[in-house]
Amino acid sequence: MRELTFREALNEALDEELGRDPDVFLMGEEVGAYNGAYKVSKGLLDKYGPRRVIDAPISELGFAGLGVGAAMVGLRPIIEVMTWNFAILAMDQIVNTAAKMRYMSGGALKCPVVFRGPNGAAHSLAAQHSQFFEAQYAYFPGLKVIVPGTPADAKGLLKAAIRDDDPVCFMESETMYAWKGMVPDGEHIVPIGVGDIKREGTDCTVVAWGRALKIAMDGAEALAKEGINVEVVDPRTIRPLDEQIIVNSVRKTGHCVIVEEGWPYFNVGSTISDIVQRACFDSLDAPVMRVTGADVPMPYSMALEKLARPDADSVVKTVKLTLNVR
Amino acid sequence: MANPRYGLAEKLDKATLLEMYRQLVLLRRFEEKTAQQYGLQKIGGFCHLYIGQEAVAVGVEAALNDDDYVITAYRDHGQALARGTPPGEVMAEMFGKATGCAKGKGGSMHLYDIPRHFYGGWGIVGAQIPLALGTAWASKYRGDNRVTVCYFGEAAVNQGAFHEALNMASLWKVPAVFICENNRYGMGTPISVSSAEVEVYKRGCANKVPGEAVDGLDVLAMYDAAKRAVDYCREGNGPFLLEARTYRYRGHSMSDPAVYRTREEVEEERKRDPIPRLRDYLTSKKKVKEDELVAIEEQVEKDVDAAVKFAEESPWPDPSQLYEDVYAMPIRPGESK
Repeated sequence: MRELTFREALNEALDEELGRDPDVFLMGEEVGAYNGAYKVSKGLLDKYGPRRVIDAPISELGFAGLGVGAAMVGLRPIIEVMTWNFAILAMDQIVNTAAKMRYMSGGALKCPVVFRGPNGAAHSLAAQHSQFFEAQYAYFPGLKVIVPGTPADAKGLLKAAIRDDDPVCFMESETMYAWKGMVPDGEHIVPIGVGDIKREGTDCTVVAWGRALKIAMDGAEALAKEGINVEVVDPRTIRPLDEQIIVNSVRKTGHCVIVEEGWPYFNVGSTISDIVQRACFDSLDAPVMRVTGADVPMPYSMALEKLARPDADSVVKTVKLTLNVR
Repeated sequence: MANPRYGLAEKLDKATLLEMYRQLVLLRRFEEKTAQQYGLQKIGGFCHLYIGQEAVAVGVEAALNDDDYVITAYRDHGQALARGTPPGEVMAEMFGKATGCAKGKGGSMHLYDIPRHFYGGWGIVGAQIPLALGTAWASKYRGDNRVTVCYFGEAAVNQGAFHEALNMASLWKVPAVFICENNRYGMGTPISVSSAEVEVYKRGCANKVPGEAVDGLDVLAMYDAAKRAVDYCREGNGPFLLEARTYRYRGHSMSDPAVYRTREEVEEERKRDPIPRLRDYLTSKKKVKEDELVAIEEQVEKDVDAAVKFAEESPWPDPSQLYEDVYAMPIRPGESK
């Protein structure tokens, strides 16, 4: 095990897969000479050359489609989007083409493409650069959606995504790239669709992924000091979702809080709530609760942005509410 | 048009010319039968006929290698048949049957024949153009000497996808022939209402993509232009934009009565119909006997009838197919125990 940043862990995954499989290439805005807008692809142009690491023009729809078309004939493109906010421009190719290809062709086609880049809010980037998209892409059958919360999961899941025969939306976070964590040595692959218990507990299940995982873990830490023993479940993959790991935990704790940085309506937590209330009806001692971002476009001002985003304190309050602890 | 000079098409041998004639007749008869079956409600959904445009797909097909990539939009019956997809599999697909070329999951707009390198069959205007950029890019990446042919209508060139793809295709010199089938109407809107520049072949120039316009109602002219464009791309010169000036005799789709144009206009265009033009060329210039052409026409009639019979008698997809082919491995959400 070594301690790596998210950025280094992702870079290792890209490096190892580019080195392993000649069909893998990386394309996106600034991925080459600039070493990546967030330096995730640092050094890869030097190592693999311009045939494998390609700087694309600012044409998200066009180069997303290039990736989908190249995947359709058997290559394994990694398409970096500078942020998922910009991928809205590419959504037709992701949703209408990549996600539908296998089904519409009766299984004759496959589309092993990975779209990856940062998702969600950073700091004071205002409304157009501060959106969470996992619920949107997870809505579409045919897509897989991965939102890792630790460097180890980021590396292992990105390698799995590149090897996967379905289109994958892989969502990182600007604020997490410098975060550190232990990453196993050698070949490290995390299977898609398998969740992970990040903290064991007995009193309340807290479901969280991506950057919200840290919020949940910090909340759990604070609650532990008050004698409340929270279990933190990280699904890691939003679609396919490891429903069973969530259901099993809630059956054990009888309480469920879902922490999600995105907006409250029609989000991932809504679906998890639905699953939990059906599968755990007899085990629940309280309604399923959700902690989410505020239902507003993200404000710029630091004073307001803070209010729009969930934090450990909101997790603590919500867990106490569901446990009826004052 | 009175004295067409056919360039490379002058070198086509008799067998090839007769095969082109067979394909023209097949595409026409097949679509007439499709319209009939649609009227009988055997075919559902949106259904866009290729009648009038046959010379484009047939002329281009003759200029391609078997392993070149072909991709188009939703008016795709002609391209699939020209590539060699059995008519029965196309008809069965439109009938929604299990024996269709997409197992009944695609329908009229989403035909695929991957063994014959026909990659669909796409329903969003212009979206297949970046896909073609990708297949051509893959060919360059692998050095496999394939050319990608990408078809789209004249209305698709107003999509950003067209311009983004042409820029990258030209920037990276990928082997893609972009073929605009200019039938003059985007659904009911004439090109003069939608486009500042109505000469579509000029619209590659901002991205340094050379272009040419050709009479898309003349299969030999079409072949000549396509062959030159395909050779240009295969030689590594980058992409080419070919504007095939054609016409559709029917509406945009089966639900369009095409009241936005006059009967006179359609009758005038029909005078340039590609089928009698090739027929005249074959009998007058190539001394092909009438009997030979009649035999081809009769065989096509039989093949099209057989396609309908095959579709009619084929089974519906098994209900288990509903959840197949969504992912590589089956995933059924909502089944936690």
